[in-house]
Amino acid sequence: MNEIQVTSGLLLAAALFMLGLIGVLIRRNIIFMLVCVEIMLNSAGLAFIVAGSKWTQPDGQVMFIFILTMAAAEVSVGLALILQIHHQLKTLDGDAANSMRG
Amino acid sequence: MQLTFYIAGAVAIISTIMVITRFNVIHALLYLVVSFMALAVVFFILGAPFAAALEIIIYAGAIVVLIIFVIMMLNLKEEAVDQEKKWLTPDVYVGPAILTIILLSELIYIISLGGASGVVGQVVDVKDVGKSLYGPYILGVELSGMLLMAGIVGAYHLGRKKKKVVHRFLEKIEE
Repeated sequence: MNEIQVTSGLLLAAALFMLGLIGVLIRRNIIFMLVCVEIMLNSAGLAFIVAGSKWTQPDGQVMFIFILTMAAAEVSVGLALILQIHHQLKTLDGDAANSMRG
Repeated sequence: MQLTFYIAGAVAIISTIMVITRFNVIHALLYLVVSFMALAVVFFILGAPFAAALEIIIYAGAIVVLIIFVIMMLNLKEEAVDQEKKWLTPDVYVGPAILTIILLSELIYIISLGGASGVVGQVVDVKDVGKSLYGPYILGVELSGMLLMAGIVGAYHLGRKKKKVVHRFLEKIEE
């Protein structure tokens, strides 16, 4: 495990995180926004894996498993929210939810 | 061994760019699965085979299937039957197919090297991860169990449709 590999792994994680962030900013469909949040969480997990591989410790993979658990809980609640928004507002436009009352 | 890492990373970046530029949700999810598989190959090369398996099973398996189920439940109007026929044209699946063929050839190459010689760093196997997970991190495991419970309860509460009670005499029923 040389330094170049660690640098390129972290660069890959940063690039994927930026792509997810750009996706959240440019898309208005809430399903796309949820998918881009998943991409960002995944890139954070990649950074943990790279760091755990650098020091050959299992802690990186443990943190990845925690991120995975969090992503699963987040996507289930987020999809329930999407169902509710589509039921109430009849659209998937994220901007339409600013008129939500109560 | 460096080259396999860079190829898998390039496939991940290209498929993620395709995810955020698609207009159809299902096409984007197709590329999202490819992106997750490319990251699984990266994890394997970095010496984390357990994380690679979890990436495939939970991200590409469970989460994407959950999103597809919700898209099917929403039953979007503009996606009619005739559009479903148009979905299976080659230009939909040629892109993901090429990227997955790259990943498959890479995987075959790594397996043909045999053993752990395809891995760049030191392999951290499942035994160490399990010992660490149920040793120093046992509190985190319990907390993530509580988080999953909260997720189940929250998803049930939010996803439930409010039952509308229509009284026969007090309210006019549309017929």
